[in-house]
Amino acid sequence: MFLVPDIVVRFFHRMASPPHYYALTQRLMPWLVTVFVLLTLAGLYGGLYLAPADYQQGDSYRIIYIHVPAAWMSLFIYMVMAIAGAIGLIWRIKLAEIVSISSAPIGASFTFIALFTGSLWGKPMWGTWWVWDARLTSELILLFLYLGVIGLYGAIDDKKVASKAVAILALVGVVNIPIIHYSVEWWNTLHQGPTVTKMDKPSIHVSMLIPLLLMALSFKSYYLIALLQRTRIELLKRERNSQWVKTMILETGK
Amino acid sequence: MKPARKQRLILISLMVIGIAIATGFALKSFNENLMYFFSTTDVVAGKSPKDSLFRLGGMVIKGSVERPGDGMMVRFKLTDFSKEVTVEYTGILPDLFREGQGIVAHGKLNAQGVFIAEEVLAKHDENYMPPEVKASLKTKSLSEKGQ
Repeated sequence: MFLVPDIVVRFFHRMASPPHYYALTQRLMPWLVTVFVLLTLAGLYGGLYLAPADYQQGDSYRIIYIHVPAAWMSLFIYMVMAIAGAIGLIWRIKLAEIVSISSAPIGASFTFIALFTGSLWGKPMWGTWWVWDARLTSELILLFLYLGVIGLYGAIDDKKVASKAVAILALVGVVNIPIIHYSVEWWNTLHQGPTVTKMDKPSIHVSMLIPLLLMALSFKSYYLIALLQRTRIELLKRERNSQWVKTMILETGK
Repeated sequence: MKPARKQRLILISLMVIGIAIATGFALKSFNENLMYFFSTTDVVAGKSPKDSLFRLGGMVIKGSVERPGDGMMVRFKLTDFSKEVTVEYTGILPDLFREGQGIVAHGKLNAQGVFIAEEVLAKHDENYMPPEVKASLKTKSLSEKGQ
């Protein structure tokens, strides 16, 4: 590869090697969990205790500390899943396929949390649990895409074939991601426009914004933890007949 | 990049671009149906359905909310800052309903051009701030006006 420094290429080659990945992620795990716990405690303390009440919604607005990061994650994880799927398709890297399929259940959970918390907030604020406006409908389609990916992967026995099929489905669904993000600008929707993710200055007071960003980072680190654990298990399943797994089990299994 | 990989990369890029274009055309042709509500200008211009239920969105005009009679009936005017439509609604209004706030009403027009709502939903805006900040913003804009 041209233009890419040699050390970066070597890093990716080593990351793509299953035994090396397995050992490295094991060493990383305690650090990641520590970061996640600290971020979550700081975010929740800031959001539920330090941040002031909203001028219109009172304390009900505090659901954004779960709803908004979960919705961001639902889009972010989908992009990771699709890009990892494409890398798996093009370069035939086993680890990319595993990252792609392992992201699906985590992304589906975040999508569900975003829909569910939004519904809880919608009843007192809008006056309804659910409306078929463009934002809510496209987010629901995202949930179905995730479930489709999980179902398709489970339905095909040969996991090599399954990974390819799933990657194509995920790539087809990518078109939904900008639709979700811009739905509130392109069409009249009941859902409000973006507060933070826009070119302008965020239209949220800084005392409320900081806990929100902390919660977003906390959700990111949770995703990383869940992803690494899932990929490690999937890797062991797929590589169960290889020499490095046998050696490892013999060494630790006494 | 090896030729086989390059070919796969091009194929996948073409697929994603093709789907994006197809979806773009589909959404463009369904644009009207994807609008969750009609604006007050649409209604005044006669673009809204005549005999069926539809949704009307707009901002509640300050000072227009009145309760004629003793019942639950509320009458108010909606605007999109160009045209106005009068709305009548009988029932419980959501927490966020107030003058100057955006709402979406579901119902139909009667013969007099008054919108009879069966359901009123509050449309929240994207601004979050503590009450003190809101109060200081208000006094600031008032003092600027006074000068």
